Amino acid sequence: MGFEQNKDLLGLRELSRKDIELILATAMPMKDIIRRDIKKVPTLRGKAMVTVFYEPSTRTRTSFEIAGKYLSADTVNLAVTTSSVQKGESLRDTIKTIEVMGFDLMVIRHAMSGTPHYAARNTRMKVINAGDGANEHPTQALLDMFSIKEKKGTLDNLKVAIVGDILHSRVARSNIYGLSKFGCEVRVVGPSTLIPPEIEKLGVKSYYSLDEALKGVDVINVLRIQRERQQVGLFPSLDEYANLYMLTPRHLLQARDDVLVLHPGPMNRGVEISSDIADSNAAVINEQVTNGVAVRMALLFLMMGGSKDEIAD
Amino acid sequence: MQLRDKNVIMDEMAMKRALTRIAHEIIEKNKGVDNVAVVGIRRRGGPLAQRLAARIQEIEGVNVPVGILDITLYRDDLTTLSSQPQVHRTEVDFAISGMNIVLVDDVLYTGRTIRAALDALMDLGRPRAIQLAVLIDRGHRELPIKADFIGKNVPTSRQEVISVLVKEIDSKDEVVIQEIIDT
Amino acid sequence: MRLLIKGGRVIDPANGLNAVMDVLLEEGRITAVEKELADNSAEIINAKNKLVCPGFIDMHVHLREPGQEYKEDITSGSRAAAAGGFTTVCCMPNTEPAIDNAAVASFVRERARKTGLVNVFPIGAITRGREGNELSEMAELVAAGCVAVSDDGRPVMRADVMRNALEYAKMFGLPVLAHSEDLHLSREGQMHEGYYSIIYGLKGIPAAAEEVMIARDIMLADLTGGNLHVCHISTRGAVELIREAKEKGIRVTCEVTPHHLILSDEVVDGYDTDTKVNPPLRSEEHIAALREALQEGVIDCIATDHAPHHRESKDCEYVLAAPGISGLETAVASIMDKLVSPGILNLEQMVRLYTTGPAEILGIDRGTLSPGKVADLTLLDPKLVKTVEPSKFYSKGKNTPFKGMQLKGWPWMTIREGIIVAREGEIIG
Repeated sequence: MGFEQNKDLLGLRELSRKDIELILATAMPMKDIIRRDIKKVPTLRGKAMVTVFYEPSTRTRTSFEIAGKYLSADTVNLAVTTSSVQKGESLRDTIKTIEVMGFDLMVIRHAMSGTPHYAARNTRMKVINAGDGANEHPTQALLDMFSIKEKKGTLDNLKVAIVGDILHSRVARSNIYGLSKFGCEVRVVGPSTLIPPEIEKLGVKSYYSLDEALKGVDVINVLRIQRERQQVGLFPSLDEYANLYMLTPRHLLQARDDVLVLHPGPMNRGVEISSDIADSNAAVINEQVTNGVAVRMALLFLMMGGSKDEIAD
Repeated sequence: MQLRDKNVIMDEMAMKRALTRIAHEIIEKNKGVDNVAVVGIRRRGGPLAQRLAARIQEIEGVNVPVGILDITLYRDDLTTLSSQPQVHRTEVDFAISGMNIVLVDDVLYTGRTIRAALDALMDLGRPRAIQLAVLIDRGHRELPIKADFIGKNVPTSRQEVISVLVKEIDSKDEVVIQEIIDT
Repeated sequence: MRLLIKGGRVIDPANGLNAVMDVLLEEGRITAVEKELADNSAEIINAKNKLVCPGFIDMHVHLREPGQEYKEDITSGSRAAAAGGFTTVCCMPNTEPAIDNAAVASFVRERARKTGLVNVFPIGAITRGREGNELSEMAELVAAGCVAVSDDGRPVMRADVMRNALEYAKMFGLPVLAHSEDLHLSREGQMHEGYYSIIYGLKGIPAAAEEVMIARDIMLADLTGGNLHVCHISTRGAVELIREAKEKGIRVTCEVTPHHLILSDEVVDGYDTDTKVNPPLRSEEHIAALREALQEGVIDCIATDHAPHHRESKDCEYVLAAPGISGLETAVASIMDKLVSPGILNLEQMVRLYTTGPAEILGIDRGTLSPGKVADLTLLDPKLVKTVEPSKFYSKGKNTPFKGMQLKGWPWMTIREGIIVAREGEIIG
């Protein structure tokens, strides 16, 4: 199988296609569990996990927490803020403290790229990156891929457009790494200040025109636009951004008839996505949330289900 | 671990006869099959359950619901396995509450698989009764579990392995007994 | 006290020497450089298969004292310098308080004199408190022994202040050392902006952040006739600007660090904070341009920008880590192994970059083996292979991306004013 050898999940860059296939395949039966009346299986009984989020995020944290609970793991949320870290305890000490409480796995989100890697180097716990700075958000990309595969039947050789702030987006990075492993043609589109020129070296095509980028695509993944980007002058106003890049029904005409629209949430309706689209049949935004729980259950099972080190054979 | 083939203990015909007999027993015990469903334990319990349902259909002219149960998430031995098994879907797309469920597996050994399957079934609903059908009962129970329908009792030692082969997975029907050789 | 260094290969670019010769040192001075010298009363050093060079000079180090002695102090920094083969270092004024007045400069000189291992020349601040507004009292700084002025890590963002600094320092023949960085372009940057900053998701520092400031300062040097020295250049554009300025006859010099010549931005992989430095490690194309410039002589010297940090400043999140590399104890070996061994630089070029190069910029009477000069010498063992082990550094700063690298060609002996201060990487006395 292979994935069980990975101590941590830090990004999709270092995962193989086989690893990703295993995770997505495991997520299928997990999704069935979520739909049952009795949404619990005993497999991770006696395992403990902790979510440590240095950035506010209700949905990702809740998703991990409930995923752990559905599998019978004990899940705890540690409340932390970036400011308390900078003033007080070092991350290393925080991690050590958590480790000696006996947790098996830590889910970490941090505004600074590379922090999960630093954490993983400093602990025996398994570490899942729940988003680090502008680097990666592997579980988001896995749930996006799961949603695509579920609707399209395959991931191979699809045309996928990612719209928005590519420069700062960890969701975009992880999707690019993941989808590229399945031969997808990934296009990125957004204002030139948010599309780094070197991005094409990752094998993607970059566009400034939304209409052009959407020609013939199977999937559109719309990224949330952060208001702070406007404040530092990367684009002049949200109005202008919406005029150029808000996904509306008119744009869908460029794409394939069965185009799928994804959004990692939370949405800014009327900025990056119009309500007509968000509420349309093409959008699977709510289902993505369910799929997120399934994918995280799969990961937790694959990483904590059974322990491989004590086997002599 | 290396295995050496010792004996073929059932061939295709013997398996067929055993399943036909079990089908009759199921019908008899349940006084018909009105409220009966057959659920196989992945992997080889699945095809065996399909075949039992087909026999029942031939005998009674009734299509009984068939399901497949994946018990990976209910196992108690994941920590002792050298490689993690892949989780598959449980395919029971009918309501099991109030039904007589015939659980089907290929070999009954320690009873731990059945224990896991019982838990898995209970999480899907509240059946009226659960019965157990196995093609081979090889003894060595570690839990208080007993089959209701048995194709063949095979006394074995713990050094032996029973392999049930089915056409759907292994491209032939056969039950063989093998011996573990320590190397 | 007489020392006779016998049988080594003498490399003295200033005198055009590259031959097996003997060197006699008496009373802290060089008295003879000849073939087959004999002196019965002198202590003999058998330097067979060794390279005998003028004492190496590192014109850009941070000794952290006063104020940040937990990172480094003048004693530990001097020991690191001597062990690393340097006889002279110039220390930057980003201390607490800053070296912006005679009292602090004198304090540094005095501490260094007491330690007595290497020459330490302080560099004074360009502006009071390194705040970029009012000029420091440069006459006073010169009198206290400063050999240059710099605001170091804080670039002088105001062009008018830089203009005045160049103009005023000219009066004392002081070079103005510029850390060239447009702080608006580099804001929050963690590494070189390019392919790998995208891959690692870290905010990039574009090459242009360095180049726009160099361009500005070259124009100001042209305007004022001042003496501009650009610190740690790291980009192709920097090389081109300086080459062009030199061709026009503008008084500009520059330095480059070993790490910018050897390591690319790819090594940031895994977020090893020891790779974080300012200016950042650049991409291969920039490294190639720097090496070419070194061969052509566009770059005047190699300096380490030795920036020791305490473990806590590096054992943390990449974004929070302090930039800087502890460089004194790997500078010579890394250049020997990565540039001299593959033939990118020959030995004379390498020695020039560590001796006459910086000496000429600073106007100090060092860097040659001419009889009568101060007997500062660096002897190298070009065959010695060693692995970089930061735990064995004399510097308090163990922060180096060269850790674990096996390098060939190390300092063998450091002699300052005729006295052996370090031997085979160990401090004597």
